[in-house]
Amino acid sequence: MVQIVFYLFVLFTLGSALAVLLTKNVLYAAFFLLLTLLGVAGLFVLAGADFLAVSQIMIYVGGVLVLIIFGVMLTHKTDTAKTDYTEPNFILTKHRSWLWALLVAGGIFSVLYRALVRGNFVLLNQGEPSYRSTVGTIGRQLMTEYLIPFEIAGVLLLVALIGATTIAASSRTK
Amino acid sequence: MEINSGLFLLVGAALFSIGLAIVILKRHAIMVLMGIELMLNAVNLNLIAFSQHDPVRLQGQLFSLFVMIVAAAEAAIALAIILQVYRHFNTVQLDEMNELKK
Repeated sequence: MVQIVFYLFVLFTLGSALAVLLTKNVLYAAFFLLLTLLGVAGLFVLAGADFLAVSQIMIYVGGVLVLIIFGVMLTHKTDTAKTDYTEPNFILTKHRSWLWALLVAGGIFSVLYRALVRGNFVLLNQGEPSYRSTVGTIGRQLMTEYLIPFEIAGVLLLVALIGATTIAASSRTK
Repeated sequence: MEINSGLFLLVGAALFSIGLAIVILKRHAIMVLMGIELMLNAVNLNLIAFSQHDPVRLQGQLFSLFVMIVAAAEAAIALAIILQVYRHFNTVQLDEMNELKK
């Protein structure tokens, strides 16, 4: 039963990732990316990471994807000659040649596949994984072992916030 | 549950390759950004698959939490830069920004 759900999520994730690759419309790609991120969140749940799945949905789907869609909208070159209010707005991307992309990505995938199939990971073979809630452990770890990275991440987010606002608004004064 | 953890690694590898193909293939700057997000997600999947067997310290899950934080910051900055590039060049197709070539 769990395996069926797992394979469904894998198909869902990889299928929508391939759709991002194959579609030419940037807005459709953003929506397929939404499906991919949701599928990855489902895989996180199946890997026993409940807190990470929720934060994946909140950060990526609720934050990054909305930013990306705003970016697509704001950088859309309005073609005044073609604009017709009855037509859908196609925001298209051009493709480079397929050869190099397939060569590099296929090559990397075959290398990774061989390494993963042949490799014998000691950690993955030791005992059954436990499926308890990870929230308590993550909270405790963030406040003890990972306190300094946690604080630095807060400062980084503040810097990114101020930097993004400054960069995006800087040409208004001209 | 009886999911083989190695399958998560294979899914992560496939997702990483698809993200890499998107980065190489597409000419729209925001599509390249989407490819990078996909690659980061694939890495997170790997980290979490390993962290499943480490319930005491959960190092993989915490690392992927920090990866997510940095990815969010990166996406915000990158979109701000893309917005500025669009104002300057009036395009976001990467191949049309060839001022240095001229």
